[in-house]
Amino acid sequence: MLIRKTNDIQPLEITPSEITPKSVYLNRRAFMSGAAAAGTAALVGPRIASLLAPAASVHADTKLTTVPSPLSTTGEQLTSLQDITHYNNFYELGVDKGDPARNAGRMKTRPWTVSIEGQVKAKKTFDIDTLLKLRPLEDRIYRFRCVEAWSMVIPWVGYSLSEFIKECDPLPSAKYIQFLSLADPNQMPGLREANLDWPYSEGLRMDEAMHPLTLLTFGLYGETLPNQDGAPVRVVIPWKYGFKSAKSIVKVRFVDKQPHTTWNEMAPNEYGFYSNVNPDVDHPRWSQKTERRIGASIFKQRQPTLMFNGYGDQVAKLYTGMDLRKNF
Amino acid sequence: MSNRWIVVLKVLVHAACLAPFAWLVVHLLQNNLGPDPTAAVTFFTGRGTLRLLVLFLAVTPLRRVMPSLAWIIRFRRMLGLYAFFYGSLHLLTYVWLYAGFSLSAMIDDITKRRFITAGLTAWVLMVPLALTSTTWSIRKLGGKNWNRLHRLAYLSAIAGIVHYWWGVKPGVQTPMPITLVLFALLIARPILTWWSRRKMPASS
Repeated sequence: MLIRKTNDIQPLEITPSEITPKSVYLNRRAFMSGAAAAGTAALVGPRIASLLAPAASVHADTKLTTVPSPLSTTGEQLTSLQDITHYNNFYELGVDKGDPARNAGRMKTRPWTVSIEGQVKAKKTFDIDTLLKLRPLEDRIYRFRCVEAWSMVIPWVGYSLSEFIKECDPLPSAKYIQFLSLADPNQMPGLREANLDWPYSEGLRMDEAMHPLTLLTFGLYGETLPNQDGAPVRVVIPWKYGFKSAKSIVKVRFVDKQPHTTWNEMAPNEYGFYSNVNPDVDHPRWSQKTERRIGASIFKQRQPTLMFNGYGDQVAKLYTGMDLRKNF
Repeated sequence: MSNRWIVVLKVLVHAACLAPFAWLVVHLLQNNLGPDPTAAVTFFTGRGTLRLLVLFLAVTPLRRVMPSLAWIIRFRRMLGLYAFFYGSLHLLTYVWLYAGFSLSAMIDDITKRRFITAGLTAWVLMVPLALTSTTWSIRKLGGKNWNRLHRLAYLSAIAGIVHYWWGVKPGVQTPMPITLVLFALLIARPILTWWSRRKMPASS
């Protein structure tokens, strides 16, 4: 019975945390494989399953009060919390997709402040609890497309970054915004493992940052962000490849020139500054025409990738007159 | 090593080489390969191929270092053929789950993407080795020619490692351990030759 319920298309207008009991979506795969595994694999099954998907260990678990948002994507099955929290690219916590979940417990997200620097009227520091109360938190369901050609559908919680930017009082000379992530080797064992220029830096053009879809994000599935998903605060830019959506932000800089960004600097031919999802511009190592939906069964994973990840109606006008092949 | 033990060991090696494949099939049928099953199968078969290739290439240097292990030569062909088997599964994963059997997509990939070119090269180099792996072929080609041909295994392993490095993101070091092992095996050959030549005059 439980198995059938989770496979139904979920009514997306409702807060996701209201419909699916957590115990069910956490264990979706366990239920599905449970029936099939009853026979021969009963002995090895559970051990291997636990290797592939270790029990959800780190959850901030604090319930957030949220309101629905008209900006949510509708009609697509949500990726399970299990997959959203156990298939992560967060190199500060390790390069393997399962490392962030394993190492998340080392991260401390309280106390936490975000400092504002650069072209602003006055430098400021926001406490995370102040940020959480700045505006009503909204449930925003977005497609999430990784540059590695996989995708998810994630029910984020947050409010438009533009609301936060208004509180920062940037000067007219501020043309770009830069996000810097936490880089503390005592909490983040991956810093030594990956040969990148830390701290992780990402950036947006000011009009991109001010777009209502750009989300200052504090949670998912109605609760505070698990550490491996960028707790306690991150950005989510749903029409760009995932690496643009900086995690665990400690510093925001308003700058007059295009800021240096980590992956762009590491391999400029592979990761552009804009990195808008674009099926017509291949990554040097693979085609971006299609993507693998996480959580789908192996022969049904592949689906076409949409221009601007399907958010073209809202964001295409930001790029009128720009050559998106050159400015990939 | 008596023939009976060799038979027992061969059964064990077959089981060890087939067990990962069985594991993969069982989990594929159960839809239990993690969040991204396509990537899981890709990495599983790719790593399996490289590990078997490295084991295969380790046989000869090992025999030269420890003459008492000379009998392990009787396992080399199996290891090589299993490397080819997993390499073919890896290729099938690409052809099926990435290219969707589309010839134009494959041609596009092979010509544009060097990591795919390198991977295909590694597999193509294994084909003549697999085809001439029979005792009949050794007789037909003659030991010397056969040996020369089968040095392609080194080239195939190098192409495989290059494929791995070009496939991962810049800055990621996951291919390093297997690269170091392969490097050790590659330099073992000339070093052992030099060593035995140095020792020869003294012992004669």
